[in-house]
Amino acid sequence: MNFKFGFAAALIAASFLSTTAASAKTFVYCSEGSPEGFDPGLYTAGTTFDASAHPVYNRLLEFKPGTTQPEAALAESWDISKDGTVYTFKLRPNVKFQTTDFFTPTRTLTADDVIFSIGRQIDEKSAWNKYISGGTWEYADGMGFPKLIKSIEKVDDLTVKITLNRPEAPFLANLAMPFASILSKEYADSLEKAGKKEQLNQNPVGTGPFSFVAYQQDAVIRFKKNADYWGTAPKIDDLVFAITTDAAVRYQKLKAGECHLMPYPNAADVKSMKADPNLKVLEQEGLNIAYLAYNTTQAPFDKPEVRIALNKAINKKAIVDSVFQGMAAPATNPIPPTMWSYSKETKDDTYDLDAAKKMLADAGVKDLSMKIWAMPVSRPYMLNARRAAEIMQDDFAKIGVKVEIVSYEWAEYLQRSKDKNRDGAAILGWTGDNGDPDNFLDTLLGCDAVGGNNRAQWCNKEFDELVKKAKVTSDQAERTKLYEQAQLVFKKQAPWATIDHSLAVVPMAKGVTGFTQSPLGDFTFEAVDIAE
Amino acid sequence: MFGFLLRRIAVLIPTFIGVSIIAFAFIRLLPGDPVALLSGERVMSPERHAQISAQLGLDRPMVIQYLDYLRGVVTGDFGTSIVSKSPILKQFLALFPATVELSFCAILIAVALGIPAGIIAAIKRGSALDQSMMGVALVGYSMPIFWWGLLLIILFSGILQWTPVSGRISLMYFFKPVTGFMLIDSLLSGQKGAFSSAVSHLILPSVVLATIPLAVIARQTRSAMLEVLSEDYIRTARAKGLSPFRVVSLHALRNAMIPVITTIGLQIGVMLAGAILTETIFSWPGIGKWMVDSVFRRDYPVIQGGLLLIAGIIMVVNLIVDLLYGLVNPRIRH
Repeated sequence: MNFKFGFAAALIAASFLSTTAASAKTFVYCSEGSPEGFDPGLYTAGTTFDASAHPVYNRLLEFKPGTTQPEAALAESWDISKDGTVYTFKLRPNVKFQTTDFFTPTRTLTADDVIFSIGRQIDEKSAWNKYISGGTWEYADGMGFPKLIKSIEKVDDLTVKITLNRPEAPFLANLAMPFASILSKEYADSLEKAGKKEQLNQNPVGTGPFSFVAYQQDAVIRFKKNADYWGTAPKIDDLVFAITTDAAVRYQKLKAGECHLMPYPNAADVKSMKADPNLKVLEQEGLNIAYLAYNTTQAPFDKPEVRIALNKAINKKAIVDSVFQGMAAPATNPIPPTMWSYSKETKDDTYDLDAAKKMLADAGVKDLSMKIWAMPVSRPYMLNARRAAEIMQDDFAKIGVKVEIVSYEWAEYLQRSKDKNRDGAAILGWTGDNGDPDNFLDTLLGCDAVGGNNRAQWCNKEFDELVKKAKVTSDQAERTKLYEQAQLVFKKQAPWATIDHSLAVVPMAKGVTGFTQSPLGDFTFEAVDIAE
Repeated sequence: MFGFLLRRIAVLIPTFIGVSIIAFAFIRLLPGDPVALLSGERVMSPERHAQISAQLGLDRPMVIQYLDYLRGVVTGDFGTSIVSKSPILKQFLALFPATVELSFCAILIAVALGIPAGIIAAIKRGSALDQSMMGVALVGYSMPIFWWGLLLIILFSGILQWTPVSGRISLMYFFKPVTGFMLIDSLLSGQKGAFSSAVSHLILPSVVLATIPLAVIARQTRSAMLEVLSEDYIRTARAKGLSPFRVVSLHALRNAMIPVITTIGLQIGVMLAGAILTETIFSWPGIGKWMVDSVFRRDYPVIQGGLLLIAGIIMVVNLIVDLLYGLVNPRIRH
């Protein structure tokens, strides 16, 4: 009896994708987790943005597919004042909000929607600032928007002027981030009137390529093509997120034809995925870095030559092979190669134990004992820090450096590794937020971050001046030059050993076309299609 | 019987308070600062830290925090998820039917197969059949659920393609939940094929979740039956010329059932724990998966509230088992 049902269902399941393709094209994405909500301003997780900001909403600017370069989206064009503090955005005309079962818009996008969407995140007096119990604007706060933005004004229906308190070149990239998605003020007003404000986070309405249909908690999210989309219309009719938390199960679903594309496979499965004739696999370096941060305020690590000597004794390839089974690339610069301004001039410290030994001797370092801090948790940029530390320990021993590996509970680790008097070098890493080099270079290595995100406690005047200048320069070509120079200074000074950039791997059914891998790790489906 | 019921309920109160203290202390006794953990590598400003601490109520004295929490629990307020910002009880009630449906099917399989297997093994004691059945039960008992689930998915869904890989129903069916029980909702939807799709999605997770309870029930039934079958009154019944079937089914089984019922009750608790893994493997949107997701997201109020709610349910199940036990064995009531 059960098998009879099993067979029947298997037939249904097997024929599902093909039969639906004939009538309406349904694209099934086996997502890795449930969204926290559908108002992107309130959250920081990529999983949430994939299910809200990308299908449902647009932003003033958006990242050009496959790059970290912001380009026009809801803003057709923009002007930046000479002092870099006034941004005037000209909005795209006739952009319609989605019509859904729960809302029918009566007007198109205007400056009011932009002021509402950004303003509620920075103005504590806004009626929508605390519209949900316990809701906070994590990203807007993290990016310093409340202190950065002086005012947002409506010039006319299709023109918005944003004035900053100081010049901030990464501002455009920040506006392209999911948290800066543009919501419908008309919809928000209607919810406020009905006393159902919290529904803004449950039933989203935006201008994006897909409109929201339904969410069954922890199971399925359904979207359908937005017939009124201002951009190129999606080629698929329905987009379904089948929430599947286990990577091995996602793979089985992909193989069984129950979904078309999956994120985050297990490293061990990638080889067989590549060998499967029914699948294809995209891969590129993720927007991340794993590093070993020396405490550059303590002897002998205050000498760049000692740090470089130790860097030469780190076998990055062995770490990548052992920890990531090849699913990572050795890192040369503190920013990943997919990021604009990545310096190709920088030469990495080659693995050379004899040279390392000689450099240490030349620097007058003998019988060095040090601690290497290994994170207790697995992170995308470093799956097993203890294993990486053991490989370093082994190599350091060969150049006469005795290593003790230490670790703490994760919260303790994060706290203690910030300490200016920290003993030894700490393994840690970073995943980028907005694709702007400032988000790595100044955030992690700037003088302001000493005692905080700057775990090397490294404050180099030359480097700091370069990144601070780039931060207030609007011209991207000029900024690129400054960041390239900064990376050369970094390498010469070696406050970190750059370890790896883990690879982002995206397996999908052979018939999927039009999917572009995002260096930011986003999953967007507006251009995908399925071969019939 | 009423006095027995009152005594059992009275015992539950201190147990519930004890569990609430453990659930409450759980996140506070862990090393490290839960607020700092929320921001991970990103260093949090002291103002932001203070703001989130206040939001979570962690800036007040422990005793006050606990009393507030207990007051909330008594009035049905188990707090709000810091991730989804929605009330914990509401989320729990939305997901609980999925877990009940899965657990019910699993216990049905475990009882329907476990008890007959135990009886047969006891009657055929020492035979190859007994030994092989108990051997299989031991293997089932020792099987890591995660591995077992994945193995079945690879075989039945991947290679043979007999069953779907995961989920509660095929994505081609779309209807609003009425009861939260997919078997019922699929029938109510009137959509052709929806019910059989729901059944096919239940097969593998139910089998995986039933494996350990089945093994335990089979072994317990066997040993209880063996004990009863060696009793004098059974020998008397046989000597009277009763058929072996009547001896076993009427005389032996009823007495052997007493410890088996206790075991089944305990297995329901084990099943809720097992559901955490089974639901995660099969993407089954129930409370087990919800708890695991909350642990990964460090959603402490959900972990705290979820633990208490699950513990409460296990206590109620145990109470029901105690009452059933009292019905089957009147001596217990005194």
